[in-house]
Amino acid sequence: MSAILPPGQRLWWKQPLDRVEVTWILIAFTWCMVMFFMMPYWHVYGKQNLSTETYRTTPEAFAKKAQAVIDQYTVRTETDEKIPVVHPPAGADVFLIARLWSWQPILELEVGQTYRLHLSAMDYQHGFSLQPENINIQVLPGYEHVVKITPNRAGTYAIICNEFCGIGHHKMVSKLYVK
Amino acid sequence: MANSEQFRVCPRTGLQYHKSAEALIKANAFVAVVFLLIGGLLALVIALTRWQAIHLVQADTFYMLLTAHGLDMLAFWVIFFEIAVLYFCSSTLLRCRLATPRLAWVGFALMLIGSVMVNVTVFKGDSTVMFTSYVPLPGHWSFYLGLILFAVGALIGCFIFLGTLVVAKAEKTYEGSIPLVTFGALTACIIAVFTIASGAIILIPTFLWAAGYISHIDPLMYRTIWWAFGHSSQQINVSAHVAVWYAIAAIVFGAKPMSEKVSRGAFLLYILFLQLASAHHLLSDPGLSVEWKVFNTSYAMYLAVLASMIHGLTVPGAIEIAQREKGYTRGLFEWVRKAPWGNPVFSGMFISLFGFGFLGGISGVMMGTEQLNMIIHNTLYVPGHFHATVVIGTTLAFMSLTYFLIPTLFNREVILPGLAKWQPYVFGLGMALFCLAMMGAGTLGVPRRHWDITFAGAALPYEFPGAALLMIATFAVAGVIAVIGGGMYVLVTVGSLLWGKRLDAGVYSSETSVLKMPVVSALTGHGQAAGFAAPGTFVVAMVFLTAFVLYYFVNWKYLSTVWGIA
Repeated sequence: MSAILPPGQRLWWKQPLDRVEVTWILIAFTWCMVMFFMMPYWHVYGKQNLSTETYRTTPEAFAKKAQAVIDQYTVRTETDEKIPVVHPPAGADVFLIARLWSWQPILELEVGQTYRLHLSAMDYQHGFSLQPENINIQVLPGYEHVVKITPNRAGTYAIICNEFCGIGHHKMVSKLYVK
Repeated sequence: MANSEQFRVCPRTGLQYHKSAEALIKANAFVAVVFLLIGGLLALVIALTRWQAIHLVQADTFYMLLTAHGLDMLAFWVIFFEIAVLYFCSSTLLRCRLATPRLAWVGFALMLIGSVMVNVTVFKGDSTVMFTSYVPLPGHWSFYLGLILFAVGALIGCFIFLGTLVVAKAEKTYEGSIPLVTFGALTACIIAVFTIASGAIILIPTFLWAAGYISHIDPLMYRTIWWAFGHSSQQINVSAHVAVWYAIAAIVFGAKPMSEKVSRGAFLLYILFLQLASAHHLLSDPGLSVEWKVFNTSYAMYLAVLASMIHGLTVPGAIEIAQREKGYTRGLFEWVRKAPWGNPVFSGMFISLFGFGFLGGISGVMMGTEQLNMIIHNTLYVPGHFHATVVIGTTLAFMSLTYFLIPTLFNREVILPGLAKWQPYVFGLGMALFCLAMMGAGTLGVPRRHWDITFAGAALPYEFPGAALLMIATFAVAGVIAVIGGGMYVLVTVGSLLWGKRLDAGVYSSETSVLKMPVVSALTGHGQAAGFAAPGTFVVAMVFLTAFVLYYFVNWKYLSTVWGIA
């Protein structure tokens, strides 16, 4: 009746169970249910639930919309590359373009305010990774993902790319300010 | 027909090998080890490059080697070995001839051609697209073609396994039901068929896209279907290595399953639900509904996690009962202390079991929780998790099995027994530290698949906390230790085949014997129905559960402190 031999009985499914097994199965099953219901629970009571609001888009269409917001709310530029710093009003729609190998623009947000952040990629897949907060969202070309974010601490954050996107992947890093 | 087939009975184990199957098992296992060797050398360079203080190779080389490492290990090493396991669990364990050995060689050739083609393409620098090859990141068409050929070959192997079960049944080579280990292999095979079908559905159009016949592949569709292949292929591993755990418990201790019904039921839960877990990779993606994510990521209410928790109890539980029957009954843990810790077949399997459960299992559930995924997705936590499952879990289990197979299948004495004795510890514990440090770095936000987390040359660099760099240095050192452990394995196994003392193989003949059901007097598992037969294992299981629950809620606590996301 070892595991590499056939079961010792033809009617092996009639063998009564040991209490160790029964007890463990019941405990494990209960824990599985707790873990399962934790997810819907957090959708009701938690504050961190990734939105599913998504639209199909094209790189051109998304870049155009993003540029309009950049033109409207740019307050200054940074670095030699003159990356625009955008300070939108609370509750505004803000856009973040992921492309090889940069994030545009730099966002300047306010603590406690909620923004509708639109994410899309111009070329390959990218990974939005907000540090040191460690919030990570996949960014796909052709999809415009709208995520409502509410910064809860002031500071200078970094947005790094954490989806491999080619040789310059490690240079794809930007800033985000919360005031 | 069957009469012309040649069989031998191993004088040491009593296992009966079909001559054609034996050659196939050897060939598949040998090629597997070659890929393990290549993958291990790549691992060394990768670890020494991520270690920022050494930073061994340039970015393009790093990403190229990382692509090759992923494929050689996750696809080629494990699947070649799994085909060997499938043939062993059907033909050898059921004492029957292998169905259509010639076709099996065709499958083997396809797998070999495919895997070589992928390696050549990657090392030419044409397809630095990582294991996942997410579109529209462009790979060369020969990369996808190689994967397709490999998959077709593996599919042939699966159908030969299934055909062999039919042969065994038709020629009545066994009595009663198939052994539990064969049932586990059957589970792996069913999952493999699903996996390879998913791979075909996505890789064939991607191949046509790379060759210029299709203009566009939707990236989200690609991710959804590719992961039904990419994640499911790892579920083959889980089923296969759990089957190997049961096999080793039986081989080393003569352990009986605590209950055939429970263990087979748990494998059935794998067949039904394990596949849904490919949703783990899509939790931070746009465009998929919450209901879809929650149902799939939880394997329909965690029923496959339940199955793993059951195996996690019943495998050591069966060992405990077997040990107690030998008289090691003092206290809760005498059976553990008196286990053959110097036997690498056992020690490797035991480390595999614990590493898989405590490190791989718990971390996998964290990542697979819809909201928690946001603080883990694409960080180093992810490779930390799957090195615990695929390396400590699958690879170490397969290594342990090899130490058993060398004398019985290859008829050689294991050379350097002292080295073999230490190998599972060096490899397993090195990998355990590696995984822990990787998960630590991931918790601090360090991205996976990243050449330089100091962001040299970037316009707006970010500085990770010093602890992150320390974690990275730690996993690099641990990785080097694990590579040494892997090297010990390759040295012992290949060395044994070359220089090990030849052992009596038994004589080939057309005589076969039927696999008899063991004689058992009553319909009880181990004569202790309604008893509490494995108290030590139960205590360990409760420790596991406590760690699981605490860590689970620590992660929710951490999530609750980050920005509001809605």
